[in-house]
Amino acid sequence: MSTVLLEEEMTDTPAAPARLLSAGPAAPGQEAAWEQFTKIPLPTRTDERWRFANVKDLDLSPYLQPQPVDETTREELLARSRGLEKAAGRMVFANDQLLSREVLSESLTRLGVVWLPLEQALVEYPDLLQQYFMREEAILGGQKFAALHASQVRTGMLLFVPRGIEIDLPVEAFHWLHGANSSCFPHTLIIAEERAKVTVVDYYESADTNAPGLACAVNDLWLGAGAQVTYVCAQNWSREALAFQINATVVGRDAQARSLFAQLGGRHVRSESVSHLRGPGGRSDMLALTVADNAQEVDARTFQIHEAPNTSSDLLYKNSLDDAARTIFSGLIRVDPGAQMTDAYQKVRNLLLSDDAEANSAPGLEIEADNVRCTHGATSGQIEQEELFYLMSRGISKRAAQKLIVNGFLQEVIERLDQPEIGARLAEMVQAKFAAHR
Amino acid sequence: MSSLKIQDLHVRIGEKEIIRGLTLEIPKGEVHAIMGPNGSGKSTLSKAIGGHPDYTITSGDVLLDGVSILGMEPDERARQGLFLAFQYPMEIPGVSNANFLRAALNSRQSEGEEIEAVDFYEHLYEEMDKLEMRREFTSRAVNEGFSGGEKKRNEILQMAMLKPKYAILDETDSGLDIDALKIVSAGVNAQRGPNIGCLVITHYQRLLDYIVPDVVHVMVDGRIVRNGPKELALELEEKGYDFIKDALAEPVSA
Ligand SMILES: Nc1ncnc2c1ncn2[C@@H]1O[C@H](COP(=O)(O)OP(=O)(O)O)[C@@H](O)[C@H]1O
Ligand SMILES: [Mg+2]
Repeated sequence: MSTVLLEEEMTDTPAAPARLLSAGPAAPGQEAAWEQFTKIPLPTRTDERWRFANVKDLDLSPYLQPQPVDETTREELLARSRGLEKAAGRMVFANDQLLSREVLSESLTRLGVVWLPLEQALVEYPDLLQQYFMREEAILGGQKFAALHASQVRTGMLLFVPRGIEIDLPVEAFHWLHGANSSCFPHTLIIAEERAKVTVVDYYESADTNAPGLACAVNDLWLGAGAQVTYVCAQNWSREALAFQINATVVGRDAQARSLFAQLGGRHVRSESVSHLRGPGGRSDMLALTVADNAQEVDARTFQIHEAPNTSSDLLYKNSLDDAARTIFSGLIRVDPGAQMTDAYQKVRNLLLSDDAEANSAPGLEIEADNVRCTHGATSGQIEQEELFYLMSRGISKRAAQKLIVNGFLQEVIERLDQPEIGARLAEMVQAKFAAHR
Repeated sequence: MSSLKIQDLHVRIGEKEIIRGLTLEIPKGEVHAIMGPNGSGKSTLSKAIGGHPDYTITSGDVLLDGVSILGMEPDERARQGLFLAFQYPMEIPGVSNANFLRAALNSRQSEGEEIEAVDFYEHLYEEMDKLEMRREFTSRAVNEGFSGGEKKRNEILQMAMLKPKYAILDETDSGLDIDALKIVSAGVNAQRGPNIGCLVITHYQRLLDYIVPDVVHVMVDGRIVRNGPKELALELEEKGYDFIKDALAEPVSA
């Protein structure tokens, strides 16, 4: 494995980092986004797209602009960036600064694969960015946060896979949030041309699992005809973090997108995911698993938009809630007038481990074509007493039995990924969360 | 002292008394059978001994090697050496058999220790071979989509892996064809010995041709109404439960 570390000079940490709200745009090109951010008001309780959400949590005033990390921290975070055993490439960022970029295979570059930190891509491939960077508007209520992201984004990952190229191993990126009240703006842009195939895993981590902080991420996936993209985002921010995540997936003709959002960390997490089924025969699998405890709030909004005929979408979101955790699922399916033979599916399951936990589900349909199949359903339940007794009758403690059952519950989502190594890594992260509980 | 002793046990489900003064002792090294018509309370007895929270024990005691287990949670009872083979084993979606069995074995390790993976699989495969179970079974979810016979084999496999001091097998023969019955019985017989006491619950005498008991108890309406040698099972098969019910008005104790 060849390792390319960026030998950039580390600047000394400035005395006082600026507050985000008074900082202005990150660079001159981002002024318009900043202006938009300041113009759009914070969501209120009466906004339908923020229904059920605790909007009082959204105050951005405590947070600071991201600061570069020192050398010791850098070494520490690199050592902690443990991903898959085998990856095609790995970028590690901390506070929106690229710490390392490890490439397994140079041959991919020769085949035309572009894999660059965003700021470098902006210089070398301005046309690609012009064409794809945040081109789908945030439409599920997060416009203000999308604008904030656009005004603050400094780096991230661009992955362009040209037609017919398949990358066998997953490409990974770590995004670390470091320092109390720090912020970061992770960005992932995947463009897969015709028949290209790739898997990408993002890991969102906090250096200190108790530090307050703000994360505002955007991940966009563009799939050309027949492309296959699997995208996994393992969100494990600190338990005091406020986090936003806005995803757009654009699926071309006969292409297959599969995304999985694992929501483990964060105090208040807002996730918006939109699949545009734009080319006939396209398919999008939208998966998510949430393990929420204490007073965590995980708010997921989804949109399956069938713009072309013969498209399919299949959503499976599973939430496990303990203590006084809250989850929100609000998912819409829309079938445009011309999108005949659409097959849209949506399934949400909530497993409540505590009487104080609260799971809200609000599905919705907007169907303008007549020859379609749309199914949706959301259910909430508790652990079956008989299952618990069965496991306990084998000597397994009540707590261990509950964990086994919750793991089993989430396993369905992990299995849908059909990638055992990534699945095992996710299961490990879930385990770690259980182990740290209370 | 080395016995599973049930003393004048009374068990309720809700307001209804199901076990109504039942006394029984299974010394270590012996196999006892309980036969009884449907609804007589056989499953209730086994689950109450296992500590199921829906079953209220209103009086009496259950002693495992002289120690009362009634104050213990179900998991602690199991770790003390009790095992229940369920009449209707639960399906646990998403939890693989291997993970389940490892968790069960790890629960018997001292704090922070775990069983060695290599040893575990070696042991597991050995026991699976005895029960003619295929390897792919280890990665399947516990009992999910299993046939009746597979579920029962799985119960016996768990028993073999966990090596209990006392095992209660609740209608392990139900839902088995003759070949499966032979395999499962052989699995149980292989575990017989001086270090285990077994209580085999069955509705039919057939099972007792394969797992030959030392003592047979007949249970009707939540009580033991007769005790006898293995031949009692044959008599019962011949004459039916009604005969016993009619002939015996008074309960007896073992
Ligand atoms: N969960 C339950 N709730 C209410 N009644 C029950 C329950 N389980 C069993 N019973 C009743 O208890 C009696 C004994 O049942 P059970 O122990 O299953 O008998 P057996 O195993 O001998 O067939 C029956 O009358 C049955 O209806
Ligand atoms: Mg029964």
